[in-house]
Amino acid sequence: MNTSKDEILNRIQAALCDVPPAETPDDVPIAREYRHDDSSQHDGLIDRFAERVSEYRAVVRRVSSSELPGAIASSCAARGVRSLAVPTDLPDGWVPEGVEPMPDVDGGLTNAQLDVIDGVLTACALAIAQTGTIVLDGGPGQGRRALTLLPDYHLCVVRTDQVVDLVPEGVERLFEAAQARRPMTWISGPSATSDIELSRVEGVHGPRTLEVLIVDL
Amino acid sequence: MGMQLPIVPFPEAAKLALANTQLRRNIGKATQTIRAKRAKVVDELPDWEALREAGRTIKERMLRHIDKYLVEFEASVQLAGGVVHWARDADEANRIVAEIAHRHGTREVVKVKSMATEEIGLNAALAAEGIEATETDLAELIIQLAGDRSSHILVPAIHKNRAEIRALFARRMGLDHLTDEPKALAGAARAFLRRKFLSVPVAVSGANFGVAETGTVCVVESEGNGRMCLTLPKVLITIMGIEKLLPKWQDLEVFMQLLPRSATGERMNPYTTFWTGVTAGDGPREFHLILLDNGRTRVLADPMGRQTLACIRCSACLNICPVYERTGGHAYGSVYPGPIGAILTPLLLGVENAESLPYASSLCGACYDVCPVKINIPEVLIHLRGEVVRHKQDHPGPRDLPSGESLVMKQMARVFESRKLYEWAQRLGRLGQTPLVRRGFIERLPGPLAGWTTMRDAYPVAPQTFREWWRNRP
Repeated sequence: MNTSKDEILNRIQAALCDVPPAETPDDVPIAREYRHDDSSQHDGLIDRFAERVSEYRAVVRRVSSSELPGAIASSCAARGVRSLAVPTDLPDGWVPEGVEPMPDVDGGLTNAQLDVIDGVLTACALAIAQTGTIVLDGGPGQGRRALTLLPDYHLCVVRTDQVVDLVPEGVERLFEAAQARRPMTWISGPSATSDIELSRVEGVHGPRTLEVLIVDL
Repeated sequence: MGMQLPIVPFPEAAKLALANTQLRRNIGKATQTIRAKRAKVVDELPDWEALREAGRTIKERMLRHIDKYLVEFEASVQLAGGVVHWARDADEANRIVAEIAHRHGTREVVKVKSMATEEIGLNAALAAEGIEATETDLAELIIQLAGDRSSHILVPAIHKNRAEIRALFARRMGLDHLTDEPKALAGAARAFLRRKFLSVPVAVSGANFGVAETGTVCVVESEGNGRMCLTLPKVLITIMGIEKLLPKWQDLEVFMQLLPRSATGERMNPYTTFWTGVTAGDGPREFHLILLDNGRTRVLADPMGRQTLACIRCSACLNICPVYERTGGHAYGSVYPGPIGAILTPLLLGVENAESLPYASSLCGACYDVCPVKINIPEVLIHLRGEVVRHKQDHPGPRDLPSGESLVMKQMARVFESRKLYEWAQRLGRLGQTPLVRRGFIERLPGPLAGWTTMRDAYPVAPQTFREWWRNRP
């Protein structure tokens, strides 16, 4: 029925006539000699993550779990944030006094609402120290993708036990989310462009300000 | 429609480009800056060479069994609620996109920057169907508004300066008081595009990777325009070259290290989106994936050229290339410029349609050294030069006389086949060269041989050849 598919597959079979018919994919060896984890580096893990996030010109602070609500409050106050979009399953007690939470009940916040809201507060799925990357996978405390895309300010809370060292460790941990077909966003600093004379501008589309609070457990 | 053929041979186009000093300055600055950034973040990784080898072998496995992986990928995407289309060529892919747009009654689509859609000339094809495609990457938007052509895979508007961009935006967006600060220009694009992101119902993207095992598709970007297009519209159409496949999810651990560092010289690019089919309550409600051949199976059929399909479009080879650094991208006359374009363009289109491109290189090999998937570009260039010569021999035009080069090569072959002729030629050469040798070198050869010495000196035939010495030894 699908003639284009058949034709492309036929072209491929003709093109690969030099590949022995008995060869299977596993017969073509893959060299995975690169680092999968690096236990020698685990000491400075959190510091390294914080340093690399800040190199993308994101705001980073380390706080204890008891300091977290106060830190969120001061971050909001510093920016004059009065209302925050939040996923419905955000941990209790994160949204400070004086800030109105706008929970995204059943994806009820419209794009127009998200476009004008002061900011968004979320947790994350994991973070990668090597590259200063935060990963959102729609899991607990993260919400759907539009929530962290349209507001101009994203305040993201990372627990220290969510930080892995190298990219391969992160990819391995995310396999389950991929199998569950959950969309994922990897965020490394605020959006940026160097398209005009290679001069870097932070904040094009998406939140122009990214602020990360690292919570020590 | 379809991929444009290079019209002007590279040497002529290069001469024009070299005469444009503004272009040379911009491209020179851009390539030097990006390659310094790349070198810094690559040196940071002690296992960079191991990652390159992993990248090469993963792509090799995929390409040797691409039919199995395509079928697996199709099934994974369908299982996740996506619709899969197969497109043999540019026309078919363009038609599928237009049909989907028509079905949703839209006369406008938003686009994420994509080499595949440029290759198939999607924007022009949609325009012919009455559908306007708006580019949302800042540089692509600049190019589109200016009616210009891209000069670099990664930073397509690098040949334009801020004053030109300010004038363009002021005119096309009706912004009289715009300054030429990059921040202000980016802000203007943000405001201009946001209205579209929030209202246009159909988005079109390319794909950096597609994972056969899970059906996951991935777009790597910087500005957030990708996230906007991949998240907000109701319908998403992704056009993916069949060679973008990776067998397993785990393979991303290699490519998500190789690509950002090779491309923009960052440890990681600002935003990467991974999605698998359709997710209820999050993102587009309809997802179409178009698997594009458009010459890729032709490349696959060339066992030497096949490695070219491992390319992840990072543009590291452009930034390191001494030829590209001076001519810029326009001279290649193809959407794929630089060293990778010099092999990919003739492989996709056939050498007869791009015969000057395999020669657009000094064969210095820097491109091979920086390639994150170890494509041996010099090796493929030489192979393609052979194909160009063979094609000319096999397809002489009705009025074509054999070229001077091929006559000389035929004579040389006869001379090299016979000891007598060879020694006779050496003696003749020694006699003939006497008036040409100055201080031990030939600085200028006569007649049709003069081209050889325009850029270099030739060595004369030695006063005594090895054979003569051997015969006369005591």
